[in-house]
Amino acid sequence: MLLAFVLALGIMAALALLLGAVLGWAAIRYKVDEDPLVDKIDAILPQTQCGQCGFPGCKPYATAIAGDEADINRCPPGGEDGIRKLADLLGKEFKPLNAENGEEKPKSLAVVDEAVCIGCTLCVQACPVDAIVGAAKHVHTVVSSECTGCELCVAPCPVDCIDIVPVGETVTSWKWRYPVIPLTPVKVAA
Amino acid sequence: MNARAEVSKVIFPFHGGVHPPEHKDESSQTPIAAMPVPRQLVVPLHQSIGNIAKALVAVGDTVLKGQMIAEADGTVSAAVHAPTSGRVVAVGPTLVPHPSGLPEHCVTIESDGEDRWIERNRFDWRNAEGRIIRDYLRDMGVVGLGGAVFPSHLKIGGARDGLDTLVINAAECEPYITCDDLLMRERAAQVVEGIKIVQHLLQARQVLVGIEDNKPQAAQAMREALKNAAINFPADVVVVPTLYPSGGAKQLIKLLTNIEVPSGVRSTDLGVQCFNVATIYTIYRALEHAEPVISRVVTITGNVQRPGNVDALIGTPIADLLAFAGDKPGSQAYIYGGPMMGFELPGTSLGLSKAGNCIIAKNGALFPEKPVEMPCIRCGKCADACPAELQPMDLYWFGKSKNFGKAQERNLFDCIECGACAYVCPSNIQLVDYFRFSKSEIWAAEKAKKAADQARERHEFRQFREEREKREKAERAAAKAAARTEASGGNVAEAADAERAAKIKAAMERAAAKKVEAAAAQTASDSVTPIDPDAVSVPMGQAAIAPTSNEAPQAVESAAPALDPEKAERIRAAMEKRAAEKAAAEAMSPEEKAAKEAEKKAKIAAAMERAAAKKAGQAAQQQPGE
Ligand code: SF4
Ligand code: SF4
Ligand code: SF4
Ligand code: SF4
Ligand code: SF4
Repeated sequence: MLLAFVLALGIMAALALLLGAVLGWAAIRYKVDEDPLVDKIDAILPQTQCGQCGFPGCKPYATAIAGDEADINRCPPGGEDGIRKLADLLGKEFKPLNAENGEEKPKSLAVVDEAVCIGCTLCVQACPVDAIVGAAKHVHTVVSSECTGCELCVAPCPVDCIDIVPVGETVTSWKWRYPVIPLTPVKVAA
Repeated sequence: MNARAEVSKVIFPFHGGVHPPEHKDESSQTPIAAMPVPRQLVVPLHQSIGNIAKALVAVGDTVLKGQMIAEADGTVSAAVHAPTSGRVVAVGPTLVPHPSGLPEHCVTIESDGEDRWIERNRFDWRNAEGRIIRDYLRDMGVVGLGGAVFPSHLKIGGARDGLDTLVINAAECEPYITCDDLLMRERAAQVVEGIKIVQHLLQARQVLVGIEDNKPQAAQAMREALKNAAINFPADVVVVPTLYPSGGAKQLIKLLTNIEVPSGVRSTDLGVQCFNVATIYTIYRALEHAEPVISRVVTITGNVQRPGNVDALIGTPIADLLAFAGDKPGSQAYIYGGPMMGFELPGTSLGLSKAGNCIIAKNGALFPEKPVEMPCIRCGKCADACPAELQPMDLYWFGKSKNFGKAQERNLFDCIECGACAYVCPSNIQLVDYFRFSKSEIWAAEKAKKAADQARERHEFRQFREEREKREKAERAAAKAAARTEASGGNVAEAADAERAAKIKAAMERAAAKKVEAAAAQTASDSVTPIDPDAVSVPMGQAAIAPTSNEAPQAVESAAPALDPEKAERIRAAMEKRAAEKAAAEAMSPEEKAAKEAEKKAKIAAAMERAAAKKAGQAAQQQPGE
């Protein structure tokens, strides 16, 4: 009886040791080089690449968040929605956008005033997503489908001919509103 | 209620469905009236699923009836035509029949009263290739007239080995609407001609026309027309019981063929294709009479004096249609489409679109105020009624709590927004509103994600390219240096070497100075070599401040010769401002700036390396894994 008990214990202990060793070996053998967390964070960031977070692009900011070197509330284009998603992912507390990094703005696009552009190509060099096309001394223009509205091209332009215009709502981009229960106002006799 | 047609023996009922009051008799008693040409037509350019058509006319142009005024943009799009002859008075955003109430591109035409056709040539479709026929239909603006306005040319072709069944959707299941009923009663022969064409184009082995039993006259007319037409394929009219939404494509296909189209599968893959009967009619008009889609039959009913059906030009202002039917006072709103799936129009100045099958003047008597929404009691009635076999109460819950992922998992996108669930809900929950809300949120999120992915890719590529350019430049410089030391032999006196180095340095400095000058003169930098922007803009700024000391302003003028003095002044002012800003920035902390720059570059380089390493790692992992 006792023997059986001891035997059972022994088998259990041996099994535990063996499995532990296998797990330990697997952890070393199949080690993931890159922190997948960075990618998960990067997937939430809006990829505007504007640098408002204080990092040169979304990926560096994602890396910093993953390394716990930066707070989650530094990305204005991502807005509150983005912060909420980051908080969910990282199991952190939601906090409002850090005002120092800027404020959430409606989605915008850069537009070059083609009558003023002198074709200096400085904006091309500034655009993080190559959304501006044009050759030296020729009018430049923004490919609106590629532009993230990061505003980085505005400052370098020597003739101030780039405007950031908000993209308004159109029939195609319009969304159905959250249903609200209509309240019928009580009519007051005039 | 009128007499009913006898329901066909072989039908295969679909799940769910409801039976709202039909309200069809009001508008089905009088023949289709021809609407006189209105004084002005507002023709929306976005009249199909997909891309908005590109306008071909400008303000002031005269157009003829049937002239293409906007061409299809890409494959999923359809052309738009002038409904009558006249003059274009406006091209631009105008109110359109859309629940958003937002303006979209329209062409406004003032009719000249002559209604003069453009020259039409009959299209020899029998001897044309499939591709040519599809392009022709697209250029004729043929779209599904059942309400979804899906471009018809996309449904024709594709099936090489033919189709088992061509289903003609004439169920017209939604209350109030009778336009297809009247069309079949009055133009059955032409509809059958259309059926013959589409049967031929699709090589369909049989044709089934599905009609609800509340349209006995239409069923009779279609039967006779099919008998009279010399057809060489099996075709039959199938009368189905009146049950909303039997006119849903999937539901009608199930009813007639017992084929269930699963989620995410096209019916064509199962050998069935469904066309609305009005669409069939316009295909006939387009192919046999070279008539683009410039008019449609529309039911005007509800709170009007003479409810009925009108053959109206596309673009006819809703107000004109209502006046024609005798608008009565007391209408609170006008519904576009049926009471189940339609929406309230944002105004009556907007023009009729191809999707507009019905306009209902809504008043309190016909549409009593909806009682207040109560909490869901999970009675399951909505699930019993849902023709798509969904669980509306769950979808509602997920939509309400904005848990869109879960809603999508439960096949939210199979919902056809028929409103059957909301119709039966004892708690008066406007379920469809939640489904529409969820769907548009999901679409928007998907769009944003796509845009972000694209931006990420482009940004990474740019970083890669910058790195490569830098490396190549460094390599070139190293190669040059190596060549130089080799040429000098290495055993030249040190003093001579130093002298030489000094000379080179001086020459390089001269060259650099020249370059800066040249750059300033051109106000342009060569795009490939990354020139320090400050080096370029500072002299430019000086040039702007002292225009005579330098050639820059002249260059500015020559770069943009069309500039007027005002604009030149603007440029100059902006340049001055910019120079001042730059100077201020410079004065602040040059070291700090340099440090920041270096740090940024290092960070980017590190990020790139990491990305590259990771990609390689992923690729290596994926191979054995997947
Ligand atoms: S602020 Fe946001 S969008 Fe801009 S670079 Fe940083 S993470 Fe990207
Ligand atoms: S065009 Fe301007 S605003 Fe748009 S992405 Fe490029 S730099 Fe940013
Ligand atoms: S920076 Fe300004 S002037 Fe120069 S190319 Fe761009 S838009 Fe034109
Ligand atoms: S019918 Fe209405 S109350 Fe009943 S389960 Fe569905 S949503 Fe809830
Ligand atoms: S609206 Fe959608 S969920 Fe409701 S019954 Fe129709 S298909 Fe089902």
